[in-house]
This record gives sequence, C-alpha cells and structure tokens, in this order.
Amino acid sequence: MKDMIQSAFDRTRLQREIWNKAMVSILFLCAISVLLILFNILWHLLIQGISSLNLDFFTHLPKAVGENGGGMANAIVGTFILLILAVCVGVPIGLGTGVYLSEYAHHRFAQTVRFITDVMNGIPSIVFGIFAYTVCVMPMKTFSALSGGFALGLMMIPMITRTSEQFVKMVPNQLREAGLALGVPQWRVIVDIILPSAIGGIMTGIMVALARVAGETAPLMFTAFGNDHFSRSLIQPIAAMPLQVYQYAISPFDDWHRQAWAGAVVLIAMVFFINIWAQYFVASRKRWSAGK
Amino acid sequence: MSRNDTSDLIFRRVLAVFPISILILVAGILFQLVYSSLPSLSKFGVGFLFHNTWDPVNENFGALPFIFGTLVTSLVALLLAVPVGVGAAIYLAEYAPPPVSRVISILVDLLAAIPSVIYGLWGIFVLVPCMRDTIQPFLGKYFGFLPFFQGPNYGVGVLAASIMLAIIIIPFIISVSREVILAVPTVYKESAYALGATRWEALSNIVLSYGKVGILGAVILALGRAIGEVMAVTMIIGNNVKISASLFSPGYTLASVIANEFAEADTNLYLSALIEIGLVLLLVSIIVNILARLLIWSVTGGNSTEGMK
Repeated sequence: MKDMIQSAFDRTRLQREIWNKAMVSILFLCAISVLLILFNILWHLLIQGISSLNLDFFTHLPKAVGENGGGMANAIVGTFILLILAVCVGVPIGLGTGVYLSEYAHHRFAQTVRFITDVMNGIPSIVFGIFAYTVCVMPMKTFSALSGGFALGLMMIPMITRTSEQFVKMVPNQLREAGLALGVPQWRVIVDIILPSAIGGIMTGIMVALARVAGETAPLMFTAFGNDHFSRSLIQPIAAMPLQVYQYAISPFDDWHRQAWAGAVVLIAMVFFINIWAQYFVASRKRWSAGK
Repeated sequence: MSRNDTSDLIFRRVLAVFPISILILVAGILFQLVYSSLPSLSKFGVGFLFHNTWDPVNENFGALPFIFGTLVTSLVALLLAVPVGVGAAIYLAEYAPPPVSRVISILVDLLAAIPSVIYGLWGIFVLVPCMRDTIQPFLGKYFGFLPFFQGPNYGVGVLAASIMLAIIIIPFIISVSREVILAVPTVYKESAYALGATRWEALSNIVLSYGKVGILGAVILALGRAIGEVMAVTMIIGNNVKISASLFSPGYTLASVIANEFAEADTNLYLSALIEIGLVLLLVSIIVNILARLLIWSVTGGNSTEGMK
C-alpha cells in the first residue's frame, strides 16, 4: 500500500492519466473482441444456415448417402420427445428441491443440498451419458429414447433447482405472513399462495433449462444414439437434432454439410428465442418484486 | 393448532424426498462409475493414469495421452481466455455506460447459450481453415524456433481445440468475474477516488485486490468447463493418440475419447477402461467445482453465480 502511494507521488498527474486511458482502451478492446467473435459465429450461421433451409428440412426424412435433399423431420420430432421425457425427470425433482430450499432455507441440510446441486451443475455432460448408459441401456440391452431423456433430465435438475429457489424466494414476505395470520397452515400457504405467485418465474427457469439441454449432444451419443427414421417406441434408438448436426458436420459430403448448417440455425434460433424471452421476463419480474 | 403442526410436518417430510433424491443421484453416479470401471481398475490399477498406450486390439489401456491432451488444451485455453475475459468483465462492470453494459451482457449470455455442437460446426468450417491458412503459418514463421510451433500444419489439432475452448469459456469468465467485481463495496472505490486515484489506479489497487480470490474462483470454474467440454473439441482436435510437444499436432482429450469410442467398445475391459476415464473426469470436475465454489462463496457471500440473475 505504501509503495503504491509512493509511486503515485513519483509520477505526474499527466503520466497517470495517460496510463489510465491506455488501460481503459485495452479493456475496451477485450470487450469488443468477444463481441466480434460472437458476431462472426452468428454471421456464418445465418449466411450458411438460412440458404440451406427449406420446407423439406422440416417435413422430410434424411436421404441415403449420396442422394441430395431430404430433411430432419425425424430429428426435430425426436428432440421434442426427448425434451418431454427430460421434463418428466427434471421438473419434479428440481422444483421440489427448489421449493424446499427456499422455504426451509435455515436448515443445515439445505446448505448441504445447495452445495451438492452446485457440484452436480459442474459434472461434465458426458458423465451423465455414461451414467444413463450403465443404468438404462445396459439392463435394457438397447439404446433408447428413455435413456436419452433420462440423461437430459438429470442435467436439468440443478438448473431448475436454482431458478425455482430464486423465484420462490422473490415472492414478497407479506403474502406469506398474510396467509399465516389467517391461520392457514404453512403448507397450504406454499401450495395455494406462493407457488401460484411464482409460477411464471418457475416456468421461465424450466424453459431456460430446456433450451440448454436441447443443444446437448454428448449425453445422447450412447443413449438416444440416433435413428434415420421416426422411432415407433420409447425403447428404440431415437434421432435428435444436435446428434444429427454432429453426424452431418463430420461427414465428407457437401449436401450433408448444408443440412448441418440448417440444423444448427434452427437449433440456435430456438435457444436464443427462449433466452431473450427469459431475460425480458426476469427483468420485468424484478421490477414487479421491487415495486411491492 | 396441533393439526396444523402435523400437516406441516408431513408436508415437509414429503417435500424432503426431492432434495434427498438429488443426494442419492449424485452418490449413485459416483457409485455406478466406480462399479462399472472395476475390471479396468483391478487390471491396471493406478498405472492407468501414467501409462502411455491405448491399444484396444490387445486390450492394453493407459490414459496418459488423454490426460496430457486435456491438460494442454485447458491450460492454453485459460492463457488465452483469462486476460480477455477478465478485461472485458472489468470494462463491463466499471467503465461501460449502463445501457451499453446491459446490452453487451445479454450478448455475452447468448454466447454462453450456444450449444457446443454448433461451436464445433463453426470450428470445422471457419476456425480450422483459418488456422491452416493464416494463424499456424504465421506462428510457424515467426515463432517456429519454439518446439510448440513446429511440425506439419493440418489445421485441426491441439491449438485449434485450445482456441475453441477459450472462446467457449470466455462467457463464463466474464459473467462470474463481473459479479465478483460488482460485489466490491463502493465505499472502497470512493475512498480511493477521494485520495486522488485515477480510475485505473482504483481498479488495479482496490477492486482487483479485493476481488482476486473471486476471480480465481471464476478461472477455476472455467477450467472445469474446459475439462468437461466434449463436442467442440472432439470435432476439431484431430483425435490422435500421441503425446507431442507441438501444438500443431492432432491430439486427444479425456472427454473426446469417450465420445468417439464408447459406442464402438466391443469388449468388457475396453468399455470399463472408457468408463474409468469418465470417472477421472467426474472426480476432477467435482474437485475443481468445490474449490471454485468455496472461493466464489467467500467473496459474494453465498449468492449463486450461474443461471439467471
């Protein structure tokens, strides 16, 4: 500290100002370069993706190797089925835990759970794939939609836990107290007053988690596995958009590359739409909660 | 009154099923991975981590090339991403006018939301040609005397994967360090200004020294993400089981060997060796995350740093 003061006295005000301006410019360059990378990625996605996108992409099955045309109808349906399965796994556990953590936050147990949830959030996605493989694929002896949905659902749990806890906490305390003052038991307060007030935020959290897992490829590679046709049952391999994009991207065929770009642009449009909508929603909800 | 107490107690017990199931799940993941990699664990023991062969035909497995690849790509990625990410975070938190800062933060969050397979697609068709035609010839010409920048130039390889990883982890570094910087009490900064400090002096001497523990946490968290990243790396690292000092040469990482070979593993031992690699990934990511959370918690006071704000 003393050295710093001494060195500040040693330099003139002008030198210090120039140094200040130089450092600010460097920091500005850092921020700009990050934006340039983002725009470069989006630019290529739009240019390559939009030009490859057509109605066939949404309505047709993939063509055999060498034939041009075809689409990803099966992968689009597959992704939706996987996401529905994932919701069945992720939402009950995530929401239940989020409400528990928010309403009984003072318990030591809650701290432990919060910590474990954070750790779970950092587990690499491919590990969830391996886990789903050992508990679903190996006993059932087949790659399946169920195992893929299970893997994605596990990944959603920590995200949904976090966001539901936050939004349930945001419900003004007066509402809780008003309910309790009327002699309503705490659990009825939670179920009838708090959850309905927080439901918008909770839904947003679920959507964001869905957007995040919708693009996951690694946990699906040896669970859902992919399929060139529509799958007829949940215990068959099933196609998914990110898997299809991956397989087309590493293939040597130009037409498949085009399909990969088209798939990528559809995927990212969905992800971005949900994220921007959620940001808008959170901002308006914060104003709502601050205004009370 | 006592009726209320009973129903509340029942409700709390029922609700507690969900958090307990999370604890069981995490324990179950750990157990399953250990259990499924037992054949490999008992055959190769600790040597698995230090053994430099990966030979599925003769069933001789060692993870050293993958550990090496993961370490090199992650560290190079950190070297590239930390200065840029922390710099951008400081700019957003301290200098940018609030509306600009808000817009840029939204864009950075979008960057974080891009699925990694799309990064990989961009990597194959934009980054790799650029590496092959511009960046690697340049590095080879001017820094070719260093062993890192020698050897044939394929475009795909360790350097391309590291740059890809850097791009992927920058948004995380920015959003976590931004929060750490915003958590520095304004009073401290104001005191520095009152003493006549310029903004940079206040920043480097007060804000950064107050926030350095949290920023370290952000960096470790980013390291965790880099280690666990699968698709983008698999698509552009070249997938070659060889340890080489050159960053131009194709390599392999822990995550990408699982992605590439898991579905093809035809014998029990092969599969369990791959699962053991998954176990290594899991343990490393748990350690890294616990460390990072503790550091960040010590600064921001237990507020979460990921997800929606």
